[in-house]
Amino acid sequence: MSKINLNELDPEFKHQVAEQPGGEGLKACFACKACTAACPVQPLEKRYDPRKIIRMVLLGMKKEVLESDFIWLCSSCYNCQEVCPQNVRFTEVIYAIKNLAAKEACVPPGLTAQRSLLKKHGRLYEVGEFENEKRLKFGLPVIAEHPEDFDALLPDQNSQQTNESNVTT
Amino acid sequence: MEALLYLGCTVPIRNLNYEVSARLTARALGITFYDLEEFGCCGFPLKSLSVEDSFVTAARNLALAEKKGLDIVALCNACSGTLSEVAHQVATDLEIREKINHRLKPIGLRVEGKVKVRNFMRMLWEDIGVEGIRKAVVRPLTGIALAPHYGCHYLKPSELNVGFDSAETPRTLAEMIAATGASVVNYPSLLDCCGGGLLGMSEEVANAMAARKLEDVSKTGAHALVLVCPFCNVMYEGQQKKIAKATGLDLKTPVVYYPQVLGLALGMTSEELGFKLNRIKPSGLLKILEG
Repeated sequence: MSKINLNELDPEFKHQVAEQPGGEGLKACFACKACTAACPVQPLEKRYDPRKIIRMVLLGMKKEVLESDFIWLCSSCYNCQEVCPQNVRFTEVIYAIKNLAAKEACVPPGLTAQRSLLKKHGRLYEVGEFENEKRLKFGLPVIAEHPEDFDALLPDQNSQQTNESNVTT
Repeated sequence: MEALLYLGCTVPIRNLNYEVSARLTARALGITFYDLEEFGCCGFPLKSLSVEDSFVTAARNLALAEKKGLDIVALCNACSGTLSEVAHQVATDLEIREKINHRLKPIGLRVEGKVKVRNFMRMLWEDIGVEGIRKAVVRPLTGIALAPHYGCHYLKPSELNVGFDSAETPRTLAEMIAATGASVVNYPSLLDCCGGGLLGMSEEVANAMAARKLEDVSKTGAHALVLVCPFCNVMYEGQQKKIAKATGLDLKTPVVYYPQVLGLALGMTSEELGFKLNRIKPSGLLKILEG
């Protein structure tokens, strides 16, 4: 790994992560590495290292963390969270980090595609005649899509931010 | 015993064998399931993008259930995990509840935190019980060896499963398998994560995560791996051929859903239980039972 340039560190980054829902426990980390030891992804993909990601956030390496592709490699198994003696809740912390990355527009395309599908159908998979015919063959009730709520429920980024600021004031 | 059956997105489209066997076994055990057409996505797929979006999407379902005055029972581990997490949050954290309700307002809904969410296995465990299952068995699965796989969101985060099962030494699925008369196979990688959450990001890592369990289970000679989650199913059944190819392992481990196994013990036929949709045929198991 290349040297860390202190001038490029962002001291606000850790506070930003801690303010996201689920990010609150971040600053309690005392770097014992229990999370990394319990992680099933880390032995297979060295770049995904929970302890190291926490250190990077605490140091303020905002760009390196938010623009990386490794933050998207959590399998959400909760092992790190279960073993943490400091109740950092790293599974939730990594969601907080990904949420911040998403706000800065660094998102794997698959995830935004899922969101669009959800808004359109109210569910991840479109339910058409083919699917319902198959269901009927097994004696299962037909499924009707109810997408009508989802446009209002999941507004696009800009209008959503306005919405949020209304709540906090 | 009644509940709203929450199907989620994946099960009713891709895992009809799970849905049909869950409905049939529930009915046979005296459970009444109601369908709610308006149910939508549980919110889990949105969590990486926005925890808040994920929570309001989950809460929409909770609010619909509250209006019906019924609790929710879900089949998919990710759905039951997300819905119980949000049910727990709205029941215990007033600030989060109000934030969510602010966003539910435009669609005319509100949550009060009154709905209880369980997965189907927890309902079987708590409302029917191991003894209740044993008493209902008409065709004991004698001579059949089954390997349990719980799945991460069945057991964790453990604060959502207080009074149900232990994340470190789980027993509920094993005991409910044993109640059918089958023998339970133990194996080293019992608690392994399937890797399903990673499949969209890195197929290579996801497959490597699933490989160890498939290898372990195939070595035990179990007739099938028994699970309860459609995402675990994608890894262990859907990806099995690719995993065998990538690792050079000789894998042909049938993967079944627990309600399918339970249904056989309750006297239902493999046809009724949707076994023709299992992609790796559990022929050894079915031969013992149906000849």
